[in-house]
Amino acid sequence: MTTTTNHARRGDTSTEGSSLPPRPHLPLGDGADSLPAAPPSSRRTGVARPLGVGLVGLWLSVLVLLPLAALTVTSLGEGIGGFWHAVSAPVALASLRVTVLVAAIVAVVNAVMGTLIAWVLVRDDFPGKRIVNALIDLPFALPTIVASIVLLSLYGPNSPIHIHLNATQPGLLVALAFVTLPFVVRSVQPVLIEVDREVEEAAASLGASNWTTFRRVVLPTLAPAVISGTGLAFARAIGEYGSVVLIGGNIPRKTQVASQYIQQQIEIDRPLNAAAVSVVLLAIAFVTLFVLRLFAGRSLRREEDAQ
Amino acid sequence: MSRHTRLALAAAATVGALVMTACGGGGASDTVGGDAQNAGAKTGTINLYAYAVPKVGYDKVIPAFNKTEAGKGVQFQQSYGASGDQSRKVEAGATADFVNFSVEPDITRLVDAGLVAKDWNANQYKGIPFGSVVTIVVRKGNPKGIKDWDDLLKPGVEIVTPNPFSSGSAKWNLLAPYAAKSDGGKNPQAGLDYIEKLVTGHVKVQPKSGREATETFLQGTGDVLLSYENEALFAERSGDPVEHVTPPTTFKIENPTAVLTKSKNYAKAKAFNDFLFTPEAQKLWAQAGFRPVDPTVAKEFAADFPQPTKLWTIDDLGGWKTVDGTLFKKETGAIALIYDKATS
Repeated sequence: MTTTTNHARRGDTSTEGSSLPPRPHLPLGDGADSLPAAPPSSRRTGVARPLGVGLVGLWLSVLVLLPLAALTVTSLGEGIGGFWHAVSAPVALASLRVTVLVAAIVAVVNAVMGTLIAWVLVRDDFPGKRIVNALIDLPFALPTIVASIVLLSLYGPNSPIHIHLNATQPGLLVALAFVTLPFVVRSVQPVLIEVDREVEEAAASLGASNWTTFRRVVLPTLAPAVISGTGLAFARAIGEYGSVVLIGGNIPRKTQVASQYIQQQIEIDRPLNAAAVSVVLLAIAFVTLFVLRLFAGRSLRREEDAQ
Repeated sequence: MSRHTRLALAAAATVGALVMTACGGGGASDTVGGDAQNAGAKTGTINLYAYAVPKVGYDKVIPAFNKTEAGKGVQFQQSYGASGDQSRKVEAGATADFVNFSVEPDITRLVDAGLVAKDWNANQYKGIPFGSVVTIVVRKGNPKGIKDWDDLLKPGVEIVTPNPFSSGSAKWNLLAPYAAKSDGGKNPQAGLDYIEKLVTGHVKVQPKSGREATETFLQGTGDVLLSYENEALFAERSGDPVEHVTPPTTFKIENPTAVLTKSKNYAKAKAFNDFLFTPEAQKLWAQAGFRPVDPTVAKEFAADFPQPTKLWTIDDLGGWKTVDGTLFKKETGAIALIYDKATS
């Protein structure tokens, strides 16, 4: 049953060519017979298609493209020189550096811990598993400012456990790791559920160690999901504001992240600086997602070839 | 897909396009403001835009105003934030009936925009119902032994003061040592030298407002907080482990209020503004830690507000117009340049 739905989804993905994250993929056990033979688009001829494309185009323009274009125009209000001046101001650069560094660390931590959590949730049974499973989504449901307050009361100046992380980079790390927790878990989990365990057993019976089985059999299957989850976590982390606003301390050159720098520039009436740094942040996020899609696409293809 | 669905989609797309065109006219934000204003006129709501710290005062003054004949049933929609930021928001069209900023230039901005009458400061107190003095807040027990402006330049002393491009408090905080060191502006270079050492060597954070600076300090950042005396009193009274030292030579803070001429609720807003100057309200301000301007009330509370040896005023430096132009103007003002160099 899973096989069929999976293929139906994959058929859609391949015809439309863009959907995040890459769909889970079965490594073995499905022959060429079940691959979509005919393009499923024959029922979508006529007026509906241009109309649909037009509607999507309009919607994306209003919501995404036009605002981004307006932002870019604002950031170029004083020409390329003004843009460059705004972006290369030492404090602006420092805030971008802090942002990318912390977000990268958080993404890597998430890739490892998220996969581990997903693994435990799928493969192991323990009392309270369903509660833990539900808890994973809490950072999505919780307003991020609440996360900041929670962390501040735990790690702030009046810390009951005497750990003081406010206004430090570890404080930023903890805050961002908290809000990005679900990304990797939730993209790896469904793939892991659908993975055919017989392959692992076969590998084990052929004498592969646990580590080899994981590395050669399980990881390649999970890789696209891990990568896309990590990418989303990174992209979320570089733009995060609410969760760091209280615990971060907003100290220029040390813990001020780009979103806080942008906010500050607006408050002191320098909209151009704010727009310029926003554009850079946007570019970083876009490039990240783009590169990760390339990666995910490639590993998907490699896997398909392997079959 | 049925023909009806297609038609519906086509209709949706057309409507979408029309909506987009309508929004393109730039009317959206105006409409929102208009609605709020009408609502205000009906229910007698005064939209109050103020700088970050006087909330503690308005919490006392507003209930008292509601007890007067003119203030019966008047509701308040209050907004507090960094003085400059608040002023720019009102200038940009935020619905306000009554404003209270930290520094006069933030009101002048609204006068220039035609939102506040030119004679807003015509009353006997020049439109300033209360004020304060610049003070130095330190950790309990004053571990770094801070007593005067020179102590701030000791190695390793970290100072919290807000960003002067958004905060009014920050301007007062910098004017105090500037006036002290330049002998009231007679020797500007000496004043600027001090400010440069202070800002470049000791100021590490730039909170946006006086209130945010207090929060930052209370959360453990820095050794010294420069602030309003009223803010220091407020923190001490709420039991925070801090104390304040008012240096012998410091600066008189004057916080102006004004009523917006285009206010839909002008009469009520004007009545409220006038109420602030009555002895009753003056006493409430004094109880909240603000220095009253009414001489009788001031005498009554003299014990609470010790007089510094020398108190410079903005008039000693040539008035806000001169000070703002020469010291704080973006990209040309002397202090603005020092700040930009140190913080960008």
